[in-house]
Amino acid sequence: MPRDEAVASGGIGKAVKRREDVRFLTGKGTYTDDMNRPDQTYCVFLRSNVAHGQITRVDTAAASAMPGVVRIFTGEDIAAAGLGGVPCGWEITSSNGEKMKEPAHPILAQGKVRHVGDPIAAVVAESREAAKDAAEAIGLEIEEMGAVVNMTTAIQGHGAPVHDEAEDNLCYDWDLGDKDATDAAFANATHVTTLEFVNNRMIPNAMEPRAAIGEYDAARDQHTLYTTSQNPHVIRLLMGAFVLNIPEHKLRVMAPDVGGGFGSKIFHYAEEAFVTWASKEIGRPIKWTAERSESFVTDAHGRDHVTKAELAMDSEGKFLALRADTLANMGAYLSTFAPCVPTWLHGTLLAGQYAHPAVHCRVRAVFTNTVPVDAYRGAGRPEATYLLERLINKAAQEIGLDQVEIRRRNFIRPDQFPYDTPVALQYDTGNYLATLARALEMADYAGFNARKAESAARGKLRGIGLSCYIEACGIAPSSLVGALGARAGLYEAASVRVNPTGSVSVFTGSHSHGQGHETTFAQVVADRLGIPYESIEIVHGDTDRVPFGMGTYGSRSLAVGGTAIVNAVDKVIAKGKKIAAHLMEASEADVVFEDGQYKVAGTDKAKAFGEVSLAAYVPHQYPIEDIEPGLEETAFYDPKNFTFPAGSYLCEVEVDPDTGKIEVLGFWAADDFGNVVNPMIVEGQVHGGLVQGLGQAFIENCVYDENGQLPSGSYMDYAMPRAGDFPSFEVDTCVTACTHNPLGVKGCGEAGAIGAPPALVNAVVDALSAYGVDHIDMPLSPQKVWATIQAAKPAMAAE
Amino acid sequence: MPTVSMTVNGKAVASDVEGRTLLVDFLRENLRLTGTHVGCDTLQCGACVVHVNGDSVKACSMLALSAEGAEITTIEGIANPDGSLSVLQRAFQDHHGLQCGFCTPGMVMSAADLLKRNANPSEREVREWLEGNLCRCTGYHNIVKAILAAAAEMRGEKIAAE
Repeated sequence: MPRDEAVASGGIGKAVKRREDVRFLTGKGTYTDDMNRPDQTYCVFLRSNVAHGQITRVDTAAASAMPGVVRIFTGEDIAAAGLGGVPCGWEITSSNGEKMKEPAHPILAQGKVRHVGDPIAAVVAESREAAKDAAEAIGLEIEEMGAVVNMTTAIQGHGAPVHDEAEDNLCYDWDLGDKDATDAAFANATHVTTLEFVNNRMIPNAMEPRAAIGEYDAARDQHTLYTTSQNPHVIRLLMGAFVLNIPEHKLRVMAPDVGGGFGSKIFHYAEEAFVTWASKEIGRPIKWTAERSESFVTDAHGRDHVTKAELAMDSEGKFLALRADTLANMGAYLSTFAPCVPTWLHGTLLAGQYAHPAVHCRVRAVFTNTVPVDAYRGAGRPEATYLLERLINKAAQEIGLDQVEIRRRNFIRPDQFPYDTPVALQYDTGNYLATLARALEMADYAGFNARKAESAARGKLRGIGLSCYIEACGIAPSSLVGALGARAGLYEAASVRVNPTGSVSVFTGSHSHGQGHETTFAQVVADRLGIPYESIEIVHGDTDRVPFGMGTYGSRSLAVGGTAIVNAVDKVIAKGKKIAAHLMEASEADVVFEDGQYKVAGTDKAKAFGEVSLAAYVPHQYPIEDIEPGLEETAFYDPKNFTFPAGSYLCEVEVDPDTGKIEVLGFWAADDFGNVVNPMIVEGQVHGGLVQGLGQAFIENCVYDENGQLPSGSYMDYAMPRAGDFPSFEVDTCVTACTHNPLGVKGCGEAGAIGAPPALVNAVVDALSAYGVDHIDMPLSPQKVWATIQAAKPAMAAE
Repeated sequence: MPTVSMTVNGKAVASDVEGRTLLVDFLRENLRLTGTHVGCDTLQCGACVVHVNGDSVKACSMLALSAEGAEITTIEGIANPDGSLSVLQRAFQDHHGLQCGFCTPGMVMSAADLLKRNANPSEREVREWLEGNLCRCTGYHNIVKAILAAAAEMRGEKIAAE
């Protein structure tokens, strides 16, 4: 097929309809809970209902005798088996050179419970109902200790610490950037803007609750875990090596269809380790599926920073330096990537799109008696963007500069790339003026004042908010992250198997849980090989089938996983050239591959891709002395740098001053994701990210009370964005191609969640600026907005 | 254990169930129709929406025994008779109205009920109708677009997919 036709059927740049949709639209998806294994049992965990306490009694005798109960396990069984705790994958070193505090995280509680939801016992039974009945019948007594909830008081060390080894509840005290240069810049500043704020805690809420099935085949001494994971190989490595001591060749981890992740399904969790281990103990498969109320108290939460940020400027509004001091909640235990989120994924992004001469950032990570906190869509980068973009708008307000103008004066210009920031990153490329211009155009920024006047005539307050985000994606160069404390490499792997008759099976270490890799990756291969999209299959999510890969998070799948695929395809083409040269009796140097054909340059000799593939598997006329038969190649790709998607978002709101109710009237997103493989899917990623970001700013809030109870522990109490909460969006892309991967792609999965919160808050603060309001913490509930207006009124009246 | 009988996707079925068995568990576990999903335990998420005697119902909100004699349709039963995607299902694919797919069966079943009641809904009406269906992936934008496009096509109008 000529290349044009191949591209027409599904090459790069086409809005190809997703092939995975048919199974999801007909009820034929296979999510973990949809599977049952022969002779399967069911597991229910008894969890702590207090935040902090000493377990004084766990009596399983009566429960064990109940009908259908197979066996009940407690922390004693875990200790007796010598199982490891849930490991942490990233070590942060404090500014004073000390390693972070890394307390044990047992699979089932050992003596103490440290958050509501901490697992104490596991009931395995013939049915889910029997297991639940028995869990309720376990005699449990916990001597309550005071709960550590508030980070500010936690680090003062009052009361019983969460972990004895961290008396002041500090995990680490880390800093980044040149403190002396920053302090000096502040000393010489004309104007300093200060903002103290809370980045509110989020509960990820992937719609599919986590689930796991453990199975042990005694005849083959083989463990299998089916689990809701974004990265099955990472789970196999962490669980096999650090928790259960199962060598990798005896452990298969499969993540079949996974119903959303948003970070929460990156991490290794106690439940999956338990069912894997216990299935061997009882000699039967064990299935656990979280109920939603259980998800709320066990899935790692996100965000939860308390920050003081300062911006130093000269008389022209040029930035001289930025200073940030953050308390970051770790929760009760260190989840897999938790320590790196507020540090290397947050502090490093504080330069934003701006030419800051100096930045200094301090982060103290704090243990509390709450669910562990870890990466959640954007992971550190939303917190950095919110810090910077809120601070800049406050600065603009204070010095009387338009929010657009202050940014224009400080942007890194297109001719400054590659650009070294003062916080350890090198941005390879970008054009921030272009995305800003596109957003302003889409939103008709110039016409805002007329719209504001129209609202005012109706007694409403209209505001428009800008946010210019940058993120570091395509995670990440292994040597770099290793130096920063990662206990793993962050390359990606792919195998490309050309089948004898010319169809192609691609095995990728990336994992799709909504992103559409089965479609997008096939487009990439179709484009590269010039063969029909339909003849390419993408396989993922099974450690027995795909090469060792690090999975999907940090908007890395296309930039890193896609590049691994491209590199493997290029190896296939290189080998194919040798075979084709032999078949055509030409010199290999004269063979070119184009339009799905191997051609001898300057002649009309050509061999189709399929003919060469067949020759590789039926090597009768074949250079067998020089080349092995077969056509299958594997590539591991370790990125040279992060990628740096960036964009400008505008949000327009109308506030009812009588009720505090906010209506989002419009949202415009101009993103630079580098080259785009499937624009339909990219837009969908942006839409979803925007609502997660707007949800944080508008209605979502994870609330713990002073006892460590979670009042926002169900969909009746935790406000999930619904279809009626926001309007449709206008989104567009501008392109500066990434300079260091062959596809020129940057990643698009997290942008919306990163850029949206400050855009919305900036818009509301803009609407309320007539009242002298310069900040409101998220979420912007009507009650909070109304109270802010009421508090501002007397001050206005006095003026 | 009592026996319950009903018609599911046009087929008569009967099974012994515990009194406390929810309709959604009966569909998933007894009939192995796993397209109907469970995303919460408080009747909020809508991943389990099916049709009971033609009306959309959250299948976690009723007991299997309460569906005695009922006509049930699940996501597995709404494609065209030849197995091809119905107009509504195809609109979800054409307009990228799904990502991870977990909320999708409930969304489709809920939207089908809307379009039966209101052949020409406004965007606002679609958004309000979906109040009981949560999606975390799509931001709803393309779900709404898909439903409006399906409505138009079912009315005989054509809206081009982008």
